[in-house]
Amino acid sequence: MSTKISKKTAKKEPVNTLEYKPELCINCGMCSTVCPHGVFKPGKDTAKIVRFEACMECGACQLNCSMNAIKVESGVGCANAMILAALKLRKTASCGESC
Amino acid sequence: MKTENMQKEPYVCDSIITLVNRWDHFLVRFGWRRNHHRVRPGLYKLGNPTQESLVFASANYTLSFDALRSSLKGIDCYILVLDTKGINVWCAAGKGTFGTDELVHRIEMTELSKVVNHRSIILPQLGAPGVCAHEVRKRSGFKVEYGPVRAPDLPKYLETRTATAEMRRVRFNLRDRLELIPVEIKAFLFIMIVVIFTGLFTREIWKSLQIFGILITGLALFPILLPWIPTRDFITKGLLLGGVAVMMIYSLPSYLIGGIVGWVLVFETLINMLIMTPVVAFLALNFTGSTTFTSRTGVRREIFMYIPILAVMFISGIVLSVIMSLTNMEVII
Repeated sequence: MSTKISKKTAKKEPVNTLEYKPELCINCGMCSTVCPHGVFKPGKDTAKIVRFEACMECGACQLNCSMNAIKVESGVGCANAMILAALKLRKTASCGESC
Repeated sequence: MKTENMQKEPYVCDSIITLVNRWDHFLVRFGWRRNHHRVRPGLYKLGNPTQESLVFASANYTLSFDALRSSLKGIDCYILVLDTKGINVWCAAGKGTFGTDELVHRIEMTELSKVVNHRSIILPQLGAPGVCAHEVRKRSGFKVEYGPVRAPDLPKYLETRTATAEMRRVRFNLRDRLELIPVEIKAFLFIMIVVIFTGLFTREIWKSLQIFGILITGLALFPILLPWIPTRDFITKGLLLGGVAVMMIYSLPSYLIGGIVGWVLVFETLINMLIMTPVVAFLALNFTGSTTFTSRTGVRREIFMYIPILAVMFISGIVLSVIMSLTNMEVII
């Protein structure tokens, strides 16, 4: 499984900032529970990343990992918000009031 | 912080989606008075719950609340509605309003620990980007349990209190994408009206209809065809779709109706490609915020990689078309 991922991601630069330290993991299963894209899966001793490239940086896993084993620069994957922020029409690249 | 009164008695709700609810859902899908589709935050009774009954959390957005209560038909329970300023669970979680602080605050304001004698609350899974489960437990004593992504899966989930892998996955199927189109079009409605009226006043109705067609391609056709357009990046997807649209909307009528052939047709196609495909690509990029899978890093990379290219294409297309009309290329070729 892991070789498949590295082959896929090696060609292109990573599209997300997900970092995971398995040595801190206690295999509680929380990351697998909260991830909406099946990026994590509980393993034998620790959680495993099985779909790295599917991560959309929502940040749910980082926030709910009680061992701080996961790090991801979460934010909105919305071009509109980022362009508005770049043009200084909005302070941060965040959603407006209506979405 | 907030000067709110404690809620003494739970409000009452039911599982029935009335015609009024349906009308509200219809309006919200068109973005009509976007910030006015709210539910009063607080604790609600569904059926005849007891101290042992389950507690579910939701957002104070009518679509979210209605999805939850209509999925809990025949189940006596409590629903804790958080104040997410009329925003759905996932988006509110992203900005933190469906979050740890608001959840703990709402548990306190409704004195939930006196209403039920257990200490467990079921949250929608998509609330997780805003809620730190172990912190909620520390601060309120309540254990957060993440239910399935979609409310209609709840009855099945409650049988075993475990979600299947399928229930944990967010989807973006055709129906989901179709539901987004009215709001996409609404965002560009003003521009579309200007295009049509300019066409009517300058008697260039055909030209304005062509631009209208390009906008519809980006706003409606792109969301529909999204998974089937090759390439991963949204901009390259948009350029591809835009290329096909230019052929159908500009080149084909020019050839069939206008009788334009040879180099003139090639040149005309090239210019229209340069001007119109970046428009579709830009609209495609704008759709990233509505999808369920784009990451910040990925979108940022697309913006830096492609926006300059789109700008160069668009401007050179305009310059070429001006030169072509000034020098009357048709005579030269």
